[in-house]
Amino acid sequence: MSGAGATLAVELENATVRFSSERGSVTALENVALQVQPGGFISLLGPSGCGKSTLLRLVADLVPPTGGTVSVLGGPPERARLNRELGFVFQDATLLPWRSALENVRLPLEVGPKKRERAGLRTPEELLRLVGLAGREHALPHELSGGMRQRVAIARALVSEPRILLMDEPFGALDEITRDTLNEELLRIWRETGTTILFVTHSIPEAVFLSERVLVLATNPGRVRELVLCELPYPRPLSVRETPEFIRIASHLRALLQTC
Amino acid sequence: MDDRQTAVIAEPAVARRAAAPALSRPRPPRSQALLPFVAAAVLVIAWQVLAQVFSLPIYIAPTPIQIVKTLVSELPMLMRNFVPTAIESLIGFLLGNAIAIAVAVLFVHSRRLEAALYPIAVFVNTIPILAKAPILVLIFGLGMTSKVVIAAFICFFPTLANMVRGLTSVNPQSLELMRVLSASRAEVFWKLRVPSSLPFLFSALKIASTTSVLGAIVGEWIGADLGLGALIIEATHNFRSPLLYATVFVSSAWAVVFFAVVSFAERRIVTWKQGEVS
Repeated sequence: MSGAGATLAVELENATVRFSSERGSVTALENVALQVQPGGFISLLGPSGCGKSTLLRLVADLVPPTGGTVSVLGGPPERARLNRELGFVFQDATLLPWRSALENVRLPLEVGPKKRERAGLRTPEELLRLVGLAGREHALPHELSGGMRQRVAIARALVSEPRILLMDEPFGALDEITRDTLNEELLRIWRETGTTILFVTHSIPEAVFLSERVLVLATNPGRVRELVLCELPYPRPLSVRETPEFIRIASHLRALLQTC
Repeated sequence: MDDRQTAVIAEPAVARRAAAPALSRPRPPRSQALLPFVAAAVLVIAWQVLAQVFSLPIYIAPTPIQIVKTLVSELPMLMRNFVPTAIESLIGFLLGNAIAIAVAVLFVHSRRLEAALYPIAVFVNTIPILAKAPILVLIFGLGMTSKVVIAAFICFFPTLANMVRGLTSVNPQSLELMRVLSASRAEVFWKLRVPSSLPFLFSALKIASTTSVLGAIVGEWIGADLGLGALIIEATHNFRSPLLYATVFVSSAWAVVFFAVVSFAERRIVTWKQGEVS
């Protein structure tokens, strides 16, 4: 997917995040090392409190590291954020309820220092088509289903053509069927856009189905348990989940998680 | 953000009720829309019948028919008194709410200012309007100015409390989103805080639309030559009960119209469902 020697999309070296409050300090991440090639798809898997969301926020410049280094596209995360290289999809769609689907997708083009330069090749209208929402451009969020709202959120994250897409359990609140559909569509979008994806999930099948690699994190303190390769050829149909190879990786991950 | 929200809980009931726009009940179906009118008609007829059966003296309880007759015959005089009250309540409404919104914006930008002034605002708000009114009349005189100020005062606090709450009750994840987008403070304010606050603002404006009329009338009680409040006092002292009732009717009709206009504006502007969607 990427040429050798290209700048890494994300590189963490001994990254540590400690939150201190009056009741003491919590180590969310300790000495985490990670390298993600441009165009890669990596999932972060682990029990609650293992720091997988914190890792994503570290890359997004929402949380500063208390130790180690974080570099995004060869520079500090702040530069990547200011340059609009990052798209973020939250667990809740986080749409502005007074804006229509189209206006929500347009939001990144209306705020921030680089709002104009970052208008991508795809218009907001095209992106809504890409995520399968043609015809619903003018619907308000409360008129859309949970799955549709999450599609709008994905389109919004893609509108400034980010080189890295950070997804924090984006399908966690959706039903199984919607989740399957969106998983397939996410792989299609990934192939079409060539963007790097970091994907937080607590679903083993989702992680195996989507990613090239799965980073398993252990809790207390949050640390890397193992980096697992998912050597299943793309494009992956949903039926890949019944293959012996898929089941082997999934059961390996399940065994790993029991020790986290 | 937390301490702001608990601060709202410690405020009077009016502000607290207004602070929950998310819980608006669905409107009743059209067939039920007529029910209040039917009920009102029944009550008015009952009133007319009872007043006649017990032949109550007119100065204690005039019948609806007598009131309507007065309303028609005294209409020019009622209108002459209505105009100043309407102007005072309208200007007071605009002034009080504008100041409240401006102060709320200041509070949101400076926590220190809020910490210094909010308790004072709460304290002033606890003084009953009937006690504040004479003081304001002493300061601003017997003209329309004092009534405008009293009406503005009565609008001020609920709007301040709701607006502060509205501007700060922004979904934390939306704020994170704005940070990922590197949005400036001004962009966060105009694109996120202001729209989020509108349902709260309109809850306060609906309260203010009726209380501003109340404020103007209370101000006129203290001393005025013209105005519905002055007319209420005059009619009461002279035992002109049908005129008193007619005046009361005119003042509530104005408050209802005022409320309806604000509600209409709210329905046109706040078209989304607050709180339901994240």
